[in-house]
Amino acid sequence: MSAENDVRTLTIDEQEVSARPGQTILEVARENGINIPTLCHLDGLSDVGACRLCLVEIKGSNKLLPACVATVQEGMEVSTDTERLRRHRRTILELLFAERNHVCSVCVSNGHCELQAMAQEQGLTHVRLPYRYAKFDVDASHDRFTADHNRCILCLRCVRACAEIEGAHVWDVMGRGIDCLVITDLHEQWGNSTCTRCGKCVQVCPTGALFEKSKIGTERPKDPQFLPYLNLMREAQ
Amino acid sequence: MTIEELEQIAQSVRQENAKYDYEVNVCMDLACASQGSGKLKEELEKSAADSGKRILVRRTGCMGPCSHGPLVRIDPEERLYEHVPPAKAQRIVDSLGGAPIAELQCDLNEHFESQVRVVLENAGYIDPEKMDDYIARDGYKALLTVLLEMTPGGVIHRITESGLRGRGGGGYPTGLKWGTVAKAAGGVKYVVCNGDEGDPGAFMDRSVMEGDPHRVLEGMAIAAYAVGASKGFIYVRAEYPIAVSRLTTALREARRRGLLGNNIANTPFSFDVEIRLGAGAFVCGEETALIASIEGKRGTPRTRPPYPASSGLWGKPTLINNVETFANIAPIVRNGGKWFHDMGSERSKGTKVFALTGKIANTGLVEVPMGIKLREIIEKIGGGVPEGHTFKAVQTGGPSGGCIPAEMLDVGVSYDALLKMGSIMGSGGMIVMDDSSCMVNVARFFVEFCMTESCGKCIPCRAGTAQMHTLLTRISNGTGTLEDLELLEDLCVTVKEASLCGLGQTAPNPVLSTLKYFRNEYIEHIVNKRCPAGVCGMEAAAEVLA
Amino acid sequence: MSKVKLATVWLDGCSGCHMSFLDMDERLLELAELVDVVYSPLVDVKEYPEEVDIALVEGAVATVADEEKIRKIRAHTRTLIAMGDCAITSNVPGMRNAIGPEPVLQRAYFENASAQQQIPTEGLPKLLRTVRPIQDFVKVDVYLPGCPPSAETFHTALTALLTGEPMDIPALTRFGA
Repeated sequence: MSAENDVRTLTIDEQEVSARPGQTILEVARENGINIPTLCHLDGLSDVGACRLCLVEIKGSNKLLPACVATVQEGMEVSTDTERLRRHRRTILELLFAERNHVCSVCVSNGHCELQAMAQEQGLTHVRLPYRYAKFDVDASHDRFTADHNRCILCLRCVRACAEIEGAHVWDVMGRGIDCLVITDLHEQWGNSTCTRCGKCVQVCPTGALFEKSKIGTERPKDPQFLPYLNLMREAQ
Repeated sequence: MTIEELEQIAQSVRQENAKYDYEVNVCMDLACASQGSGKLKEELEKSAADSGKRILVRRTGCMGPCSHGPLVRIDPEERLYEHVPPAKAQRIVDSLGGAPIAELQCDLNEHFESQVRVVLENAGYIDPEKMDDYIARDGYKALLTVLLEMTPGGVIHRITESGLRGRGGGGYPTGLKWGTVAKAAGGVKYVVCNGDEGDPGAFMDRSVMEGDPHRVLEGMAIAAYAVGASKGFIYVRAEYPIAVSRLTTALREARRRGLLGNNIANTPFSFDVEIRLGAGAFVCGEETALIASIEGKRGTPRTRPPYPASSGLWGKPTLINNVETFANIAPIVRNGGKWFHDMGSERSKGTKVFALTGKIANTGLVEVPMGIKLREIIEKIGGGVPEGHTFKAVQTGGPSGGCIPAEMLDVGVSYDALLKMGSIMGSGGMIVMDDSSCMVNVARFFVEFCMTESCGKCIPCRAGTAQMHTLLTRISNGTGTLEDLELLEDLCVTVKEASLCGLGQTAPNPVLSTLKYFRNEYIEHIVNKRCPAGVCGMEAAAEVLA
Repeated sequence: MSKVKLATVWLDGCSGCHMSFLDMDERLLELAELVDVVYSPLVDVKEYPEEVDIALVEGAVATVADEEKIRKIRAHTRTLIAMGDCAITSNVPGMRNAIGPEPVLQRAYFENASAQQQIPTEGLPKLLRTVRPIQDFVKVDVYLPGCPPSAETFHTALTALLTGEPMDIPALTRFGA
C-alpha cells in the first residue's frame, strides 16, 4: 500500500472515523463534526498543546492526551466528553479567570471573546478558586493597538502569528510561571518596538488582551479566519 | 590509545604511588571545602614536605558523610578523620606510622557497612583533575573494550541485561532507550547528558561531575558508540562552576589522550562532547525543555511523542540520560550485565545514590543497593534523627516527591514501591523530617518551589500551582476552611492529570502525600487554628482597612 | 398554600441587576401571585426576616457591613442566589483590588472633592482590603452570572426554582452578559 492510500480507522466518542496517518485527533474530530474545546489552538498556527482544554481520554491508557498535537493511531478509541474531562476543563477555565482580571462586563471583547464563550459552553457559572487580583499593565503606546495584560491568557497565539506568519518575531514571552508576560521585542513598549503594524496578533488574540484602538465595542469581533487562507496561498506559490 | 597503553598509564600511576608510604586523601568537595579543607590540604602538604616521610597528599571528591567534614582518609590504613581543622595537619603527619589520633577518629562503620559503591567507587580515591588517577582505577578500559571487541548491538544487549533504569527520576529502562535511539533512522544522532540537577537538597550529580568527571565522559562515549552518535552535550547548571571546570579539564585531557575526538583508538568511531550551561531553570531538567535550551530557545517542555529518541536535538534522534545513569555504564561494561542485575530488587537493579539531608545525624551522599529498607538508610546509615526528637517523615524525589511516614519505613526502596507510596525516586534527594516539622508548611514549601519554577506554558501548572500555594497559605495562616481543603484536593487532581510535563504532573505529590499520611495536621490548622509542630505563625494579614 | 418568601439584597453593585429584575415587566405580576417580597431595596423593610425562602443577592462584599449582612442572610435563607457578576466575580467593584483601597479613597474624597476634603470616619462601614465575591464568605446555592442577567434569565430561573423544574443556567446567561 502506498503512503497516500494508507488510512487509519479509529473511533471518537463511539463514532467510527477514518484518518490519514499523521493527522491529529483534533483535526479528525472536527472533520467529523465532533467538538473538542480549544483555546491555544488556531487553524493556521503551529500547535503547542498548552491550554490543555483539548485533553481527551484514550481507552486503555490512564494518560490524557492533547488532541491538538496527539496523532491518530489505528484502532484508537478516543473519548472527548467524559465527566473526568469536563471536570478538568472547568477547573482549567476557573484557573484562567482567577489568574488575571477578566472583567467581562467592561471588556472590549465582551460578546465575542473565546474565553467567555468557552466558559459558557463548559457550563461555568462561577469560580471556586480565590481570585488573584494581581496588578497588570496596559500598554497603549502603539498608535493603533493596545495590549491589556489583565485579559491575556498566555495562549501565545500572538507570538506564533508574529513569528510564523508575519515573520517579524516581535512578540515573545518573558518571566516564568505565574509571572509570565507576553512582550514586544525585549520588553520595549509596543509603540517603540519593531512591530510591522500588520495587526495579525490582534486578530488571532482570543480575548480582549490585544485590540485595535479604533474598533472598541461588541460589534467589532475579531477575524482570525484569514490564517488558513493565507497559508493555503503561501503553499500555492 | 590501546588497552596496552592504558595499562601502561595505570602501571606508572601505581609505581608512582608505590613510592609513598602513606596516602593522605583530603575531601575537597563543596561541603568540606566550605569548612576549610583547602587550607587543610595546604597545611598537610607543608607538614608532609617537612616531615621527611614519604607522604602523598591528594585532593579527592566527596567521601560521603558531609556533616562530618572536613574529612581526611589515611591509606593504606584506611583511617578516617572527621572535622579536621587546618591546625591539626601537623599532628596528622606526625601520627603517620603511629597510633591514630583518637579525637579525630570518625566512627562510621555502620554508615559505610550497608553501602555498595558503584557510581561512587572512585569518590575519595582519585584526584578529579588527574585523568591518570581515573585510568589507574580501570578508567576508560570499558570504552576501549567496547570499541575494540563489541558491536553496538552487543553493548545495548549488555546494558539491557543489567536492568539499569534511568537515574534521573523516570526510571525508564536504559537499554530500551538506547535500543530505540540506535534503531532510529538518520545519520546524525546526539547523546546528551542531563546534569541540570535542581532539586533542593540534592547533589548526587554534582558530586559525580566534580569528583569523577571522566566516568561521565566514558559512559557517554560508550552510549554514543552504541547508538551511533558522534556528538554529545553535557547540560550543566551554571550554578555548578566547579563541575563545569572539572568537566572542562576532563574533556581537554580526554581529547589529548585521544579518548575523545576523531577515530578513537584507531577505530572509525569519532565522538566529542560540548558543555552547555543551564541558566538556573529547574524545568530544564525535563528532557524536551533541556533540548529547547541547548538549541538556544526558551526552556519550555513540549508534548511527547515524538520522544527525543526519534526527534530530539534539532529534530535528530537523541539519547538523553542523567549523570548518574552514565556513571553506571563503565562498571556494567567491565563487570557484565549480570553483575549489576544481581544487585537490587526485583524490578530496580543496581545501586542508587541518595543525598541525605534534613534532620538526620549523618547528612551527605550515600550509595545503597536498590531494595534496601528506608529504615536502614535513615537509622543505620543516616544515624537517625538527632537526640530528643522523633522521626516524622522522609521526603524523597525532590520537590515533586512525596512524604513517607514512619509506618512505611520498612518498605524497600525501588521505583515502583516509592510510586505506590505516593512519592517518586526522582533523582535521589532524601530529606528527613522530625517532629519539629509541620507537614502543611513542608507541602507549602515544595509547592512554592514548583510554582516559581513552573515555565508558565500550560495552565494547570502555571496557575494551578499558584492557586495551590494560595490555599496552602490560607491553611497555614489559620484562615483556611474545610472547603478550601476540598478545593485543594480537587485542584491537585487537575494539576496532576492535565499538566503538560513532569514538573506539573508531580507538583501535587507533596500535598497529596501529606494529606494522605498527615491529614490530621491539616485539620488541626483549619478547625482548631493550631499548628501542632508550632511552625506556622497562624497570623493572617488584616482584611479590614484600618 | 402560603406564598414563597422572597428577598432581594443590594451589596456593592450598581443596582443594575435589580433594574433588570424589574424588566420582567408584566411577568412581575405573575410572580407576585407566587411570592411575597419580604425584604428588598424595593420595599420598606429594615430588618432581614427570620426565615426567607429565596434571596437574590446583588453586589460584591466590599465592607465590614457587607460581610455581616451576607452572613446574616445566609443564616436566615433557604436558597441563596448570587445575582449577577458582582456577587459572583466581584466584577467592577473588584477592580480596585489590584491597586488597593487607598488610591480609591484618595480619588473619591480628596482629588474629586472640591470642599471638605476628608475620609469619613462616622456613619460609613469600614472597607475590606479586597472586594470579594459572596461565595468567598458563604455557601451559594444558585449562580446567575451576567452584567446584568437578563429579565428572561430571571424569569426562567425563578419559575424553575418555584416549580421545582431543573434549570440550565449556562444556556441562559454568561459572565458579562
